[in-house]
Amino acid sequence: MVNFGYTTLPTHIHDMDKADLGLADSISFEDSSFNLCIACGSCTSTCTAGAFTNFSFRQMCHQIKRGENSQAIAESEKCMLCGKCTLACPRNVNTRNIIRLVRKANQTI
Amino acid sequence: MKVEGKRKIWSDYQKDIAYDRFYYVRSCIRQTVWPGAENIYLRILREVLGKEVIESEHHTTCTGIGYHTEVVPFETLQTVVARNFALMQDAGFENYNPSCVTSFGIYTEILDTWHHFPEEKQKTRDYLKKATGREFEEPKNLAHTSDVIYKFRNEISEKSKYTLINKVTGEPLKVVDHIGCHYAKMFPAKGVGGAEYPHVLAGLVEAWGGEVIDYPERRHCCGFGFRQYLVQANRGYSISASKKKFESMESFKPDFILTNCPGCNFFMDRWQYALAEMEGKTYDENGNGIPVLTYEELAGLVLGFDPWVIGLQMHQVDVEPLLVKMGIDYDPNQKFKGINGKDLGLPESPNNLNFIK
Amino acid sequence: MSKTVAIIGGGIAGLETSIQLEKLGYDVTLYEKDKALGGHAGKWDRLFPNRRHATEVIDSLTSRIKDKVQINLAATVNQIKRENGSFLVEANGKSQKADAIVLTTGFELFPANKKEEYGYGIFENVITSAELESMFSSNGKPLMTNGNNPAKVAFIHCVGSRDEKVNRPYCSKVCCVTAVKQAIEVKEAIPTSDVYCFYMDLRMFGPGYEDLYKEAQVKGVNFIRGRLSETSEMEGGRVLIKAEDTLSSKPLKMTVDMVVLMVGMSPLPSTEKLLKDLEITPNNDGFVQVKDYHLEPTHTEADGVFVAGACTGPNNITDSVNAAHTAALEVHKYLTSE
Repeated sequence: MVNFGYTTLPTHIHDMDKADLGLADSISFEDSSFNLCIACGSCTSTCTAGAFTNFSFRQMCHQIKRGENSQAIAESEKCMLCGKCTLACPRNVNTRNIIRLVRKANQTI
Repeated sequence: MKVEGKRKIWSDYQKDIAYDRFYYVRSCIRQTVWPGAENIYLRILREVLGKEVIESEHHTTCTGIGYHTEVVPFETLQTVVARNFALMQDAGFENYNPSCVTSFGIYTEILDTWHHFPEEKQKTRDYLKKATGREFEEPKNLAHTSDVIYKFRNEISEKSKYTLINKVTGEPLKVVDHIGCHYAKMFPAKGVGGAEYPHVLAGLVEAWGGEVIDYPERRHCCGFGFRQYLVQANRGYSISASKKKFESMESFKPDFILTNCPGCNFFMDRWQYALAEMEGKTYDENGNGIPVLTYEELAGLVLGFDPWVIGLQMHQVDVEPLLVKMGIDYDPNQKFKGINGKDLGLPESPNNLNFIK
Repeated sequence: MSKTVAIIGGGIAGLETSIQLEKLGYDVTLYEKDKALGGHAGKWDRLFPNRRHATEVIDSLTSRIKDKVQINLAATVNQIKRENGSFLVEANGKSQKADAIVLTTGFELFPANKKEEYGYGIFENVITSAELESMFSSNGKPLMTNGNNPAKVAFIHCVGSRDEKVNRPYCSKVCCVTAVKQAIEVKEAIPTSDVYCFYMDLRMFGPGYEDLYKEAQVKGVNFIRGRLSETSEMEGGRVLIKAEDTLSSKPLKMTVDMVVLMVGMSPLPSTEKLLKDLEITPNNDGFVQVKDYHLEPTHTEADGVFVAGACTGPNNITDSVNAAHTAALEVHKYLTSE
């Protein structure tokens, strides 16, 4: 192949036709409170880990819903399981359980 | 697809296109890369449609490429455009007819600016007077050359020698149309059919017997984007935009791509070569690439002009498979003979894109 | 002799105003331009938030109308003139006297083809929320034009609302909860379907609305925050849609079988003419300007002309019923103070 000094770029778009939503479906099946997030950010603002790292529970859930599973699994490792987010969540998302399910999926994979 | 819905939109976006006496203005890219296309436009208007068309050897670039890459200031742009208008008045013409979509966008934008900000027009008058001693008036009619072909599409059809029907299968040829962004995206009311479902090229395909394919990335930019191509470090960005279009149209198996903008025509043709050489991929089934035609070239083919007189040998993606489908009689030996019969020499063959000698 | 009130429009607000004024002892002339009473609600299948059938509400209203209400169906009011302290209302070539006027002309659904890039009227399986209601009424579920069940359905919020490009800068307020209701109904009618709502904000302001939203989440409706940019038609009449997923700051695309456009409430063009006759200026959004938004919400600047319902701006049924009660009382005060 010829090298002209430039390359084509990978797409930056969420292609939902190709997204792997298997993890999202299994978490939703085991704990349907996963569906209830309203993206308010209470979890992240109160997060112990989030004060020192770029961890965001809200963003991790969002990544799973877009099929960005490996990023989400890596993110889940930053959680210290303190449970403050569970107290804060206005929708009663069982946040600690979601973290547990993500980590469990990692072991299964 | 409900065609009646599109027809409704098309009828909402019709514009005034002059009938005769055109002041023709060339495109920097087209006259350099495909001079045959501009030549055939003039011949169709003069010889086939019997129109009066003139051009001036004194006209210049509109400076659009410089303007869009931010090396030409707006004041300069306006003054250069005003000078071109003044040349038209000198010639006694009123219908300005640019061959380039970037220029058409520039003229439209400037006329709109002068409408809303008359002080800009006055400033431009002063600059032009100081610089050249000239005065100018706005054109009575501004129509892109594709608008003019659109206006006379049925006359061309009546005089046509070939149609857009596949001679082998009897099916209409499948055509994807690509409209230059600056044709109607900035001023939808100035484009035939508007910005979302332009009719300017689709109307030609319909009138000449083909079938328009509406593919998902139809509205996406061809990838030229001025500085995205002109700056080498950005070129990956430019070619990726074209690739996105080719990927999107591939499954529809188009027989050719029809464009109305010199930049689009250039990039959709040349990037197919670059992608074939960089990634080993073509977007048709046979490794030929998808031929890319301008509306004048297509009108010329339909009217029976010789493909090599139209200048189709200047294309990177060879058009012969399309000529065969249309049943056009052509002489392969004349492909690289100049208009005086002089041998132009054979170009180098690409590695991954079929080259028809 | 009892006094006569002309009510222009036989939707929710017009029906409720007629009932109340009749109870107060007035003769009522009700004009409805359609062949049936009930307005837009009459064409709806089920209502938010409790999903009762719309016919229950309409039937209840029409059954309470008694014989002192003269109902004129298929009657378009062309002109209203003032004459000797009262009004002359002309409809279908016939003029009738009225001592007061109540405008209950309602709204029109935003003409979705104005959002050209969404492909309504061009792409087969791009429909409006009103058309989905008709599908529920006639089939109990949405169907693609080829007769198949849609496996993926996308609801597009704010079509003709919060959009200066189509001169509809305001929020139509009922479409969010309608989308959530319809999303649940699609999920229930076709349990294997994937349903997506593309929203900018979810404005769940009424009682039971937030519950409905949560119910949709529990039932697996996906909410994506971002406004649709454009649609394209794919093979088999499927529709490719593009939006930004604003919560991850990335563009997003997906192919769906059906797109439902949540069309907003627009001012009814035929109301404009009546406002001119009565020398009432429309408000900034083109709806009827009320005299005092807080304190006289059913008065207009014209003496003897009152207003109720969605001709003053987007309303739900409860708003319209409340306004109708107020308007009836205000008409009574006006006619007894003379």
